[in-house]
Amino acid sequence: MSEKPLLSVRGLTTEFTTPEGKIARALEDVSFDVMHGQTIGLVGESGSGKTTTLMSLMRLLPAGGRITAGRVMFNDTNLLSLTEREMRDYRWKSMAIVFQGAMNALNPVMKVGDQIHEAIMLHNLMDEDAAEKRVRDLLEMVGIARTRRDQYPHQYSGGMRQRAMIAMALACAPDLLFADEPTTALDVMIQAQVLQLLKEIQKALGLAIVLVTHDLGVVAEVCDSVVVMYGGKVAEYGTADHIYNEAQHPYTQKLLEAFPDVTKPGDTLASIPGTPPRLTNLPPGCRFEPRCHVKVAKCSQVNPPLLEVSPKHYVSCILREGAEADLR
Amino acid sequence: MTQTPMLEVRGLFKYFPVHQALLGSLTRRAHSSVKAVDDVSFALGHGEVLAVVGESGCGKTTIARTLIGLETPTNGEIVFDGKAVGARAKQPHISLKQLRQRAQMIFQDPYESLNPRATIFEIVAEPLVVHGMIKDRRERIAAVKSALEDAGLRPAEDYFMRYPHELSGGQRQRVVIASAMVLQPELLIADEPVSMLDVSIRAEILNLLRDLRQRRGISIVFITHDLSTVAYFADRIAVMYLGRIVEIGPAREVLKSPQHPYTKALISVAPVPNPRLRRERVILQGETPNPINLPTGCRFHPRCPVAIDICKVNDPQLIELSAGHQAACLLLTK
Repeated sequence: MSEKPLLSVRGLTTEFTTPEGKIARALEDVSFDVMHGQTIGLVGESGSGKTTTLMSLMRLLPAGGRITAGRVMFNDTNLLSLTEREMRDYRWKSMAIVFQGAMNALNPVMKVGDQIHEAIMLHNLMDEDAAEKRVRDLLEMVGIARTRRDQYPHQYSGGMRQRAMIAMALACAPDLLFADEPTTALDVMIQAQVLQLLKEIQKALGLAIVLVTHDLGVVAEVCDSVVVMYGGKVAEYGTADHIYNEAQHPYTQKLLEAFPDVTKPGDTLASIPGTPPRLTNLPPGCRFEPRCHVKVAKCSQVNPPLLEVSPKHYVSCILREGAEADLR
Repeated sequence: MTQTPMLEVRGLFKYFPVHQALLGSLTRRAHSSVKAVDDVSFALGHGEVLAVVGESGCGKTTIARTLIGLETPTNGEIVFDGKAVGARAKQPHISLKQLRQRAQMIFQDPYESLNPRATIFEIVAEPLVVHGMIKDRRERIAAVKSALEDAGLRPAEDYFMRYPHELSGGQRQRVVIASAMVLQPELLIADEPVSMLDVSIRAEILNLLRDLRQRRGISIVFITHDLSTVAYFADRIAVMYLGRIVEIGPAREVLKSPQHPYTKALISVAPVPNPRLRRERVILQGETPNPINLPTGCRFHPRCPVAIDICKVNDPQLIELSAGHQAACLLLTK
């Protein structure tokens, strides 16, 4: 495809200095593309760098964190070369984020409608009356009755708070929506409702969505392409079909086997012994090597690059023969 | 079967009174209550795994807590191995303390259910201390060691002197399981034991529970909202909605041919890890109603995609559809 991506991430590397003065490499050489109107899933276990990736892209890293290498092209602008002032114009207006734990991300002493109103007014997009109309339209779009505009977050259920967070993220009509574990704390049925809502909004507004989750089932339901992360690196990147049906990286394969499938009851579940690497003490070779079931001697020495094994399917594993083109 | 079941629950009710404002209590209006468990009956055989499935607020955790005596039932009877639980019972009964020697609970959150100031040895040995069992020091160490090893923490001695904060989530959940298993219980009540864990670790814990069940023949009540983990190791499934069991039956049968519209919807939204198998999902609108003011008739009718008029009036009872498979839906009686 020659179509230009909306967001193109290349070689993104992020480091943190820990309170003890150690360097933790949270992201290394992360690359992927987000196409217009598509949904891409970032999956991985806790500590794999999913949230750090979002925070790096939004340039909202907490103190001690910095991007040390890479390029983040939003259309034709490298976001990493912008000043903080310029970057502010991109947040909300061009790219917005639905934070993890929506339950707690809303201000408890402020009416939900006022919070959305504030987001619109801060970006001087329109006058008071127009903004007020927009607040009500947004609430309606996410399936919250206009009459609940003046209620406080505690009067909303968990699912509604998550909807309100989505409405707020859409306040300034962004082109790109980052959603960090938007369904994690919710019940299955509410989860399904929120995912359906995201799909409807995407269709209606032509949004591109980056969905961060540890739930492979959610990704399979809604994503066009998938980035599997492990220990701060991209283990595998491809279309949803590549990942779920032609997984090449041993980690992806194991992860899929470990996921219980309601349609295949009784199968034995694979588990992955061991724990993800400590980011302050990364193994010199492949990050997955200590837990890998097919490793060879070389794996503990060579840190594998992300290579294209078939069109649009990238894997970072030295065991994948025929891998040539590097994603740069 | 003539064998007494491991656990039998008969007509269990648990209502929590709602505290009213001062004015309400002065005017002595009728007290309302949260009907968390509303007439639930089931039996669990020896060595059987029963999964109790439902959304938040359906009463599944309240059932778990009532079974182990952390809540007193408002009404109804819990019979453990042929003996009624609690001193109120007149028949041959079993006290709560005796019950807890033979039945143990695993809580959801391994980050909050371990005492942060106790060593792993102290945590796992505590049930023995509480019940005054295995007083000999050497034997007690051996019991803790084998419980930890059975829970997959090897070599066990390496963990004795460590504290919970030094362990990962999966390891902590293993410690929780070890301290439940150290008494060698016959019944385990597991309340969402894997929902806080990462996928790869989740599989390890599920495999461990499956293993314990195969080797020890313990019975397990497995509480969860996630049908895909149920499919993996339950013998039977009870689906709950607003304090009631709406469908119960052999796991495979319920998953393959669910009869209650709620079960059908739940199964259809269970994520399937394959984009080629994206299915038509039955997404129920709205949320579980407030358990203080239950809907009239069938409590599921406001969200039911196939409800008809009589559903607003008649409250359906469980009816037997095939051996051991029951569902409570008026449409099934037609």
